Amino acid sequence: MKILVCISHVPDTTSKINFTEGDTKFDTNGVQYVINPNDEFGLTRAMWFKEKQGASVDVVNVGGRETEATLRKALAIGADTAIRVNTEATDGFAVAKQLANVVANGGYDLVIAGRESIDYNGGMVPGMLASLSGANFVNTCIGLEIYGTQATATREIDGGKETVTTSLPLVIGGQKGLVEESDLRIPNMRGIMMARKKPLSVVEAVDANATTAAVKFEKPAAKGAVKLVSPDNIDELVNLLHNEAKVI
Amino acid sequence: MSVLVYTESDNGTFKKGALEVASYAKALANQMNTTVTAVAFNASDVSELGKYGVDKVLNVAHSEGFDANVYADIVKQATEKEGAQVVVLSSSADSKYIAPMLAVNLNAGFASNVVAIPESIAPFTVKRTAFTNKAFNHTEITTDVKIVGVSSNAFGLVEHPASATKEDFSPAITTSNVTVQSVDKATDKVTIADADVVVSGGRGLKGPENWGLVEELADVLGAATACSKPVSDLGWRPHGEHVGQTGKPVASNLYIAIGISGAIQHLAGVNASKVKVVINTDPEAPFFKSADYGIVGDAFEVVPQLIEKLKAFKAQNA
Ligand SMILES: Cc1cc2nc3c(=O)[nH]c(=O)nc-3n(C[C@H](O)[C@H](O)[C@H](O)COP(=O)(O)OP(=O)(O)OC[C@H]3O[C@@H](n4cnc5c(N)ncnc54)[C@H](O)[C@@H]3O)c2cc1C
Ligand SMILES: Nc1ncnc2c1ncn2[C@@H]1O[C@H](COP(=O)(O)O)[C@@H](O)[C@H]1O
Repeated sequence: MKILVCISHVPDTTSKINFTEGDTKFDTNGVQYVINPNDEFGLTRAMWFKEKQGASVDVVNVGGRETEATLRKALAIGADTAIRVNTEATDGFAVAKQLANVVANGGYDLVIAGRESIDYNGGMVPGMLASLSGANFVNTCIGLEIYGTQATATREIDGGKETVTTSLPLVIGGQKGLVEESDLRIPNMRGIMMARKKPLSVVEAVDANATTAAVKFEKPAAKGAVKLVSPDNIDELVNLLHNEAKVI
Repeated sequence: MSVLVYTESDNGTFKKGALEVASYAKALANQMNTTVTAVAFNASDVSELGKYGVDKVLNVAHSEGFDANVYADIVKQATEKEGAQVVVLSSSADSKYIAPMLAVNLNAGFASNVVAIPESIAPFTVKRTAFTNKAFNHTEITTDVKIVGVSSNAFGLVEHPASATKEDFSPAITTSNVTVQSVDKATDKVTIADADVVVSGGRGLKGPENWGLVEELADVLGAATACSKPVSDLGWRPHGEHVGQTGKPVASNLYIAIGISGAIQHLAGVNASKVKVVINTDPEAPFFKSADYGIVGDAFEVVPQLIEKLKAFKAQNA
């Protein structure tokens, strides 16, 4: 089985979010980048398929040279080879078209992407990629088993979950549940050394028009001070929620 | 050239999210000087949709149950039949499943997590959340057909004194290769996505045996229950309740956080809630900086009292 894991390169979850150039660009100053958390769960599940079922695992990112450190980290965790599609990732649809080209050239059976990236929160690349590649698609995937060319997947739905059966080729939009938090791996020294020698190929982008453009950013208005209520006066809280906030 | 809206229902009843996207579609249609057509599945009574601004309902009789591929194809056919320029969907799990596939079917740009009607129609620019609620992003959709995914609870419900006509719609039905085997869903509980009120517990509650407090408070308020990430990682609560940057987003009217410190990753996911109440023993807990109301106190003393007071309040206002 050939697996491709799509890796989005995103600001660490503790990053302060700021903008520059008249609020038109994300300010990367002092920002640490990490593997998108949803993709880290997917990559860890891919490692399981590699170790238990003999799958090969490639990772891919669509982005500039600055994302290579993130791809190397995925190699250090255990992926076999990395691919970077050399173009700025500005629009989800365009990214999906680049990825579809990688999938077509690589003949992958299973593509593991994340439910959403924590930067632009598009939640669109996996579904678009599946449709463009003519593959089956399971979104918000919290469990995946593969038997030959058949797959059983669990999908999170509003208020619960459902189990589906499908077949390869398959794309999933994954999240926590694919593996548990405690299964995540921190790259060790040996992994980091080996990652340096693993192939990271840079491929040129295909033509893909953007369908959206981020025009401007804005930060939410600052919050007013909290109103403290004494623990001996809970009636006051009920009163405030009813008469002032009007939420009960 | 109408605005098309996909309206989800459950056993014939339209979901709250469906009425919200109908309200949104109506405001958008007014802005564009056109009408609203809804696509619905197995609807009997469409008057609810009319009340929220839908002019016409294309009803599809489909007994097979939800299938994202098939539904995306049907919504595409409805879009083409109506010559719609904008398709509006909610942020439910099913709508988020359909929207990207629909975008490919229609070769349309898609903006998700949209919080307001467009700032302008030409160019078509919408305001959406990004960086998990740490920022907003004004995005222009540049394709002919546009898809808008509306954030839950961002627009609200707006009634109109109108009625909807119902038309049977029989699109070509494709087959799909994804088959549902079983569904495991609590039918008597409010979901986090649909809830007006969410009651959430953190590590401050010490252990799963204390969750009765959270559940009872949620019960009184008709609220959904949620938890911080470590609480689900420790197995005290199911993963489906984990909210925050890496869990579910919350955008309720009222969010009550009990024994949650307010780490940046937690706040990012819940900040879109309109009113936040924090109960925490530590006056220095960061959550107090993002809250509207706070009680510095022990959850095990404060919450039982709050439950009693709310019960009394409800009895009085019933
Ligand atoms: C990559 C990444 C992603 C993350 N994503 C998320 C996410 O999506 N969601 C999330 O929630 N977290 C997330 N986290 C974790 C986050 O950083 C915090 O660790 C977590 O939110 C803390 O949970 P907590 O507030 O329940 O626990 P704690 O930080 O341990 O806080 C417990 C609080 O309870 C209070 N307390 C103790 N006893 C009582 C009492 N008797 N009564 C009242 N209060 C009491 C304490 O004063 C304290 O403030 C993420 C972390 C990382 C690294
Ligand atoms: N630039 C990118 N390169 C590779 N994969 C990506 C990229 N952007 C998004 N993805 C994948 O698509 C998922 C969802 O991203 P998004 O649609 O941007 O929220 C991510 O979790 C990744 O798996």
